[in-house]
Formats: sequence, structure tokens, C-alpha cells
Amino acid sequence: MFRHRSLIICLALLGVLFLNTAAEAQKSMTVQVQEGQLRATPSHFGKITAKTYYGDQVTVLEEKGDWKRVSIADGKGHGWMHGSALTSKRTVLKAGQSRAGTSVSQDEIALAGKGFSEEVEKEYRKNNANLDYAWINKTAVWCSAAKEADHEKIFLAILGNRDDAGGDDRMRRHGTGNNRGHRGG
Amino acid sequence: MIGCAAMEQATTVATVVGEATGTISRQQGESIRKSSKAVAKSLEDFTPEQEYYIGRTVGAVVLTKYRPLDDDRANTYLNTMGQALARVSDMPELFAGYHFLVLDSDDINAFATPGGHVFITRGLIRCCRTEDELAAVVAHEIGHVQLQHGMNAIKKARRTEALSVLVREGAKSFGTKEIAQLNDVFGGVITDITNTMINNGYSRSYEYQADAAALSIMKRMNYNPRALPDMLNVMAKQIKPGGTDFAKTHPSPQNRIAALKKNDQFVGETETPDVRKNRFMKAVGHLL
Repeated sequence: MFRHRSLIICLALLGVLFLNTAAEAQKSMTVQVQEGQLRATPSHFGKITAKTYYGDQVTVLEEKGDWKRVSIADGKGHGWMHGSALTSKRTVLKAGQSRAGTSVSQDEIALAGKGFSEEVEKEYRKNNANLDYAWINKTAVWCSAAKEADHEKIFLAILGNRDDAGGDDRMRRHGTGNNRGHRGG
Repeated sequence: MIGCAAMEQATTVATVVGEATGTISRQQGESIRKSSKAVAKSLEDFTPEQEYYIGRTVGAVVLTKYRPLDDDRANTYLNTMGQALARVSDMPELFAGYHFLVLDSDDINAFATPGGHVFITRGLIRCCRTEDELAAVVAHEIGHVQLQHGMNAIKKARRTEALSVLVREGAKSFGTKEIAQLNDVFGGVITDITNTMINNGYSRSYEYQADAAALSIMKRMNYNPRALPDMLNVMAKQIKPGGTDFAKTHPSPQNRIAALKKNDQFVGETETPDVRKNRFMKAVGHLL
């Protein structure tokens, strides 16, 4: 009888351990880029399966090097994101709105959209009329043009040994993984 | 970095005093206490969004000193190369990504803002004879971004000041006075970064670190790491002593080459293939 009880306790403990491990594997993270892409493969050239935005919560399902396979909180999509697009901190979107003010804790990255934001920039521009933001905005046009998948693939092809999906993983094999995801954690 | 515990304690004391003297309500006090904990923690780093807005204005200040070069061909080429190099850096993802722009100046100069805006003068492009050499220049600037050198130029006292203002913004009520303070501290942050970046230059050690990062990035992309010292050799001949550009803000090309030779990554020698040479000439040959 005593033996059985010990066995049950051991199994129960193992069960708890297993559940904890499962919970650890499915940790929640926050998107820290304006627009994040979920991709079919762990590569910057993987096909985009869904998009996610700054402050969104994702669930990490699997990790491979610097890449994490995640699902969007509402279950509407899943795919691979680079770790530097994610942080372990949670985001409170606006002080005085929704979650803000009621759920702020030390583990949260407070004040998204607050602090130095578009509003502060507008105010700064008013007082510094000589500043030229038109060109700052125009760089985004060339940036988008450069990001056209085919355009960049052609560029990379000339560098040799470059193909599409997975190609940049090989390039990153010497990577240190020293990115924001870790910094923010 | 700020001492978070000390800052939390200071805020708590200030909040209690505020409540006692009736300058803030108990509810406001509670809100400040909650927010200060979060902000004290999160302001070890500014958020990526804040870095982006800091970067935009730092970039706008750079453009008061240097005129942008309105050249689609060169800028698209630079952006394509830059995106590719950024992808293999240690920080491939930024709030709004990396953006690159050629500056219309004979100075030998380049800047990288915390938000990922990278500027390279025509004078610096003229130090490059191949795509690999230009990649070395771009990779060095991406190195500054990934190592957060721009943000590190913000003075400690300014960080503390920013923290105290942002703590109050965390509370729900944020009056005109606080907004004015937030704008002031933003202006201070911009001044700290641009003074260092444009006028005084980063510490010499930051430049060597960015060179080391450039070697790693280039190797991951199959670019020839020797292109960096090759470019520096050309720069050594073209740089004008006493200038306010790299002549003032960077270690001498000779010292940078000497440091590179001690780097473990400085191995291998690959000739730049013709196809890359041709592509480089087609895109920026008219600027050389």
C-alpha cells in the first residue's frame, strides 16, 4: 500500500514536471517590431503566412536557432519569426486605455505608443522647422523596393550559394544570437 | 544604466509626499506607483518604438548638415545591399527596419541612427572600388546599430531625467507641463546623440567594435573580409587631415587596419567576381 502511494506521488510529480515543461515550451512573447511577418520556413525568404503588429502577443511553439515558430494569440495563424522581432516583456499599449493602468507590472514593457512617439516628434518639428523629415520618409520607398523578394533574391544569387528558403540560416551559422529578444528577456 | 531600485524608491517617496501635500490624489498616486515599477524596469532599455522616433529625428538633424542625393539607382542598390547585410547581422529586426540613403557630399562620412537609418556620403563611396568594399562600409554602420552605440551616447543624467518624466506619463493624468518636459527631454536626447555622432565621434573602441562586427557580417554574406582594409587603404589616401568628417571622428585608417589584422575573422582572400564588380559600377559608377 505504502509502495503504491509512493508510486502515485512519483507519477504525480512527474506529471507536474511534464506540464511545466509543456508550459515552458509554449511561452508567450510580445512582438516588438511595427509589422512582424510569420513565415512558412525559418528564413527571411520564407513565404509569409500571416502578419502581426507591435505589442501583439504570440505563443512560441518551437525554436530553431534564432527562429521561433509562433501562433498568433487568436489562433488565426502560425509561422516562423526571427527572435529579434520578439521580447519576453509584455506590452501595455496606452496608459489610460484598456489594459494599461490596471495590469502594469515589472515584467511588462510599459508605454508602447507613449513616451517618444509620433506626437512628441510632431511637437519637436514645430519648434525645429529647419528639420527635413520628407527625406526620412522617402528612404522607406527605396527600402520597400529593395525588400521585394525577387529583387533581393537576384541580388543574393550573385553572392553564390544563395537560394530561397533556409538560405540565410546557413549564412547565420556563426551568429551569436545576441539580439533584442534576449536583451529584452 | 539607471539604478532601478533607487529610482523606484525615489519615485515612491515623491509620490507619498505628493499625496500628503495634496498635489496629487490618492488614485493618481497609486497609478504612479504601479507605473514607476514598470517603467523603472523597462527603461533599462528604451522601447524599440522610442528608439525609432529618436532615430528619425537624429536622421533629420544629419540632413541639416548634409544634402541627400536624389538618385534612385544608387539608393535602391544601397538599400538592397543594406537589407541583405542587415538580415545576417545580430539584429536583423528593428521596429521599422533599416533604411539607407546616399548623402551628396565630398566629405568622407557616414552615420547610423538608433532607429536604423544609415547615411553614407558620396565621398565615402568614392573610397570603394568594388561592391565588397561598399559592403564593408555598410556593414560597419549596421554594426553601430546592432551594438546600440547611438543610444549609448545618451548621457546618464538625461536617461534619469527621461525616466522621471516617463514615470509621470505612466500615470493617467498628463498635463501640459509634463508634455513640455517630455518634449524637452526628447530634445536633450537628440542633442546628446547628434553631438557625439556628428561632432565628436564615438569612442575609438566603438569604432573598432563596429569594424569587428562588419567582418562577421561580411563573412556570413560571402563578401571578402579583406575588402574592409582595402577600402581603408584608399581612404587613407583620400582623407584630408584636419577635416570635420572621419578625419576627426574615427581612428586613422592605418590604426583600424592594424586592429583588423589582429582579428580572428580576418582570414581568407577572395577576389571579387566580375559580376559583382559590374553590378557595383552600374549602380554607383557615376558617383565615383
